[in-house]
Amino acid sequence: MAGTQYRGSEITDVDQFVNDAAGLASEREKEIGQHIGYRYDVNLVPDYGRITQFLTKYMEVMGWDDLNWLEDIHMGYEDGAPAVFDRNNNGWVSIPDTIELPDNQQDRDMIARELLLKFQMSDRHPLVLLRKAYMKF
Amino acid sequence: MAGLSNAELKKMTQEERVTALGMRTDQLTGRAMRIEFNPDEEERFEYPWAPDVDFNKRTELDVDEMTSTEANQKIRALMQEGYGTIVIKNPRGKHSLGVGILTRLRLIFEGSLGYFGVGLLDGPNVTINGRVGWSCGENMLAGTVVVEKNAGSTFGAAIRGGDLVSKGSVGSRTGIDQKGGTIIVGGDTGALTGFMMQRGRMVICGNAGKNLGDSMYDGTIYVGGNIKSFGVDAVEGELTDLDKAWLTRKLVQYGLMPENGVDHFTKVVAGRQLWNYDNLEPSEKKIVL
Repeated sequence: MAGTQYRGSEITDVDQFVNDAAGLASEREKEIGQHIGYRYDVNLVPDYGRITQFLTKYMEVMGWDDLNWLEDIHMGYEDGAPAVFDRNNNGWVSIPDTIELPDNQQDRDMIARELLLKFQMSDRHPLVLLRKAYMKF
Repeated sequence: MAGLSNAELKKMTQEERVTALGMRTDQLTGRAMRIEFNPDEEERFEYPWAPDVDFNKRTELDVDEMTSTEANQKIRALMQEGYGTIVIKNPRGKHSLGVGILTRLRLIFEGSLGYFGVGLLDGPNVTINGRVGWSCGENMLAGTVVVEKNAGSTFGAAIRGGDLVSKGSVGSRTGIDQKGGTIIVGGDTGALTGFMMQRGRMVICGNAGKNLGDSMYDGTIYVGGNIKSFGVDAVEGELTDLDKAWLTRKLVQYGLMPENGVDHFTKVVAGRQLWNYDNLEPSEKKIVL
């Protein structure tokens, strides 16, 4: 890391937080009993060579030349399980066990984008209920 | 719950609606919500309540004699009628125009906007053939906004997603509290750009004022010109090939690619010295506890 006094640990392996949910690697993390920082690289930009058909179609429908807001979506790891953070529901949504995880973060991120988009646009998203209950106009 | 019609729900009080929809009203504690994706979810690209608009259905709206509220309501009414391309004539620097649009749309402003223009967007592609005042694109979630000229201060404040572009220069505190998305400035930016940035990317093709990236927590700032000074915990990072490819793609996309390429850009990231996850050192804890 660029800073000189950063006391967290670096991400070294794509399965790091699946195999080690606590993620206490550095001396400081062990000392305070808490992982420091994200469990994925929030600054990783997408590799468009790995984009899925569904996401390509989404770009066309929206009239965008790229993934737009989905560039910020990554597969993260919550309590040792793969999950995606959904800003519309302010919580993690878990990846089902039936989905086999690819061996690299870029492909995992594409899966995360596809699942999150379908979930956000579905009728079972919490935002649909919230909208019905609280919408004023 | 599923049997209730919208008309029935509208007749209820908010408390009755919440209960009827099966939502909890008691105080939640801890991580109460556990949701799993359904891999067989239907393929949809827009929110269930989004109006069905067609980009090829185009209309013009002269807002010269309208208030901002009237203009925004008229834009929504046109979207309900299926218009996917709306050209706004005579915006004349009105504040808060084109805000809160949560679906796909091509929105073109023939003129300049005042304060808080096109905020809270989630999907549309906006072109502004003029200038904008303070806080353009504030709290934007998705979509694209391209301002052909200069922008005021706090351009893209608290943006969470999408592309926000000014082809001219912008004021101070650009992207303050940025939580995602991309802000691109074709010219210069003022002081405290990227203040308290949390994630996302910012590209400044010209010069940056003093205290760039002050107290930034994460995210990346790319600067093509000179940097007056770095803010607290902003440090220079290594410009990788992936960074260069991303920069090239974005700048070509918006017609802002410098003649000398992107190799000269400075990458600025958080030094992470402000990442305080535990305010008390263990020795201090022993004394306090």
